[in-house]
Amino acid sequence: MATHEVTFPITDEAEILKLRAGDEVVVQGHIIGIRDRTQIRIFDQGVEPPMDLKGAFLLHTAPGVRKLGEGDAGGADHQERRASPAVPSEMTGRPVANANPAISTSRYEPVCIGTTTSARMVRFTEPLGAQYGVRAICGKGGFPDEAIEPMQRLGMVYFAIVGGAAALETTQIEEIEEVAWEELMPECLWKFRVKDFGPLTVGIDAHGNSLYHDVQTAATKKLEELFARL
Amino acid sequence: MSAVATDIRQAVEDAAAHLYVWALKDIPQDLRDALVEAQGRETSVPGRRVLDTIVKNVQVADDQGNLVCQDTGIAVYTCRVGEHFPLHPVKIYEALKAGTERATLEHPLRSNAVHTITRENTGPNTGYRLPIVHWEFIADWDGLDVKCVPKGSGSENMSFLKMCVPADGVRGIKEFVLSSIVDAGGKPCPPGIVGVGIGGSADYAMYLAKEAIARPIGTRNHDPHVAKLEEELYRLLNETGIGPMGLGGDVTVLNCHIEHADTHMTLNPVAVNYQCWAARRASVHVGPDGSVDFDREA
Repeated sequence: MATHEVTFPITDEAEILKLRAGDEVVVQGHIIGIRDRTQIRIFDQGVEPPMDLKGAFLLHTAPGVRKLGEGDAGGADHQERRASPAVPSEMTGRPVANANPAISTSRYEPVCIGTTTSARMVRFTEPLGAQYGVRAICGKGGFPDEAIEPMQRLGMVYFAIVGGAAALETTQIEEIEEVAWEELMPECLWKFRVKDFGPLTVGIDAHGNSLYHDVQTAATKKLEELFARL
Repeated sequence: MSAVATDIRQAVEDAAAHLYVWALKDIPQDLRDALVEAQGRETSVPGRRVLDTIVKNVQVADDQGNLVCQDTGIAVYTCRVGEHFPLHPVKIYEALKAGTERATLEHPLRSNAVHTITRENTGPNTGYRLPIVHWEFIADWDGLDVKCVPKGSGSENMSFLKMCVPADGVRGIKEFVLSSIVDAGGKPCPPGIVGVGIGGSADYAMYLAKEAIARPIGTRNHDPHVAKLEEELYRLLNETGIGPMGLGGDVTVLNCHIEHADTHMTLNPVAVNYQCWAARRASVHVGPDGSVDFDREA
């Protein structure tokens, strides 16, 4: 089992094809946070996502965040922060509100960012790859077997993160660069800049291999043996 | 009297506000030990990678004062109320709800509470019948014990109930628990605590399963028949090979706890409630004078 470092978004498919189920991966660059309601809006309600997802790494998350420059909550920590104004978008080079109204001008900082169960969102795998060119989906708990074929056909991988290890994950997120569809809080579309994000395990590769399939097959067989012993 | 009652209500509210955040940040020692022990005996490469990351994560949460897991869950409290405790349960509930709201706003914590049909947020981790409080009343006592168990959705979604029939026997119970955990795979963030409730009625079996996951890890049921079943299931569950985060390995569960109740002669209910590896719980003992004593290990 090899160890890789991959920077997202990727432009060369070879970056995905070199990964094999079971390999360890550390991710650099930019990743996109997405969740149930975000994908329901894109695919069931037909709303175009206001971020480019080509070559992207998607993370199944609904982060705990703190809005900068906001004074709607108490607490010593908040008292300190509410005095600091929001960073003007023209100073950061980020889109201003009227450039793309779906992208918020509000600024957020991470409080605790972790990962949710992927299996609920498996039906979006094929359209994410086929329509938007997404290359990697990362979550916890794995995808069922229906994800294997589209991932192989479209050159995509599923990365397993350690569910619940949010304190560590938060330290690997350098900045929340953009938030779109703020009204879905916390199930918005998030753009994070990450450093040494991981370690991740390739759960499903682009060659038709799935650790989850293998583990389930072996466990189902084992159950027969255990039942016979009861 | 009213002044005293108000102070005690405030003491319970303050304790609840502290308890919720504390439970999310500082996991109990028995859990820390169980995770390190699991790390030591896991032999699969991905499984070991998962457990190394979990143990590192607990350390990072300590160092940074951050939450262990981002899922602040639904706040579930278990209250043991002495018959002479000077605050009525109606007021205890109000205080727990107010404390939950304060913790959520002041930290701030992610608010997960939504209307079950509209899916719109209902408040700072509160809403209609949220938080959830279970009650037990104790004769000849003037204290109050509150245990807070923030329950994440990834593991709560892996809850299962089967109304086995008497002819299914204990074998039916074992098969259902084993099948449930294999079906759950990596979704509930293994390795965790498998809580099992047997007997009673359908609703009570599920309640007992929830009570079972809130026990210190590896404690055994007082009934030797049940304790023996706990040991057997613990061993069998770790033979399934599901492993840490469902990636395959030796450690599928940290333990198996069972709570039971006597039941009808034609009933044999079995309920499974999964508790992820981030098995958060924290308790407070409140005296009749409003004194509080926090307890991470209860």
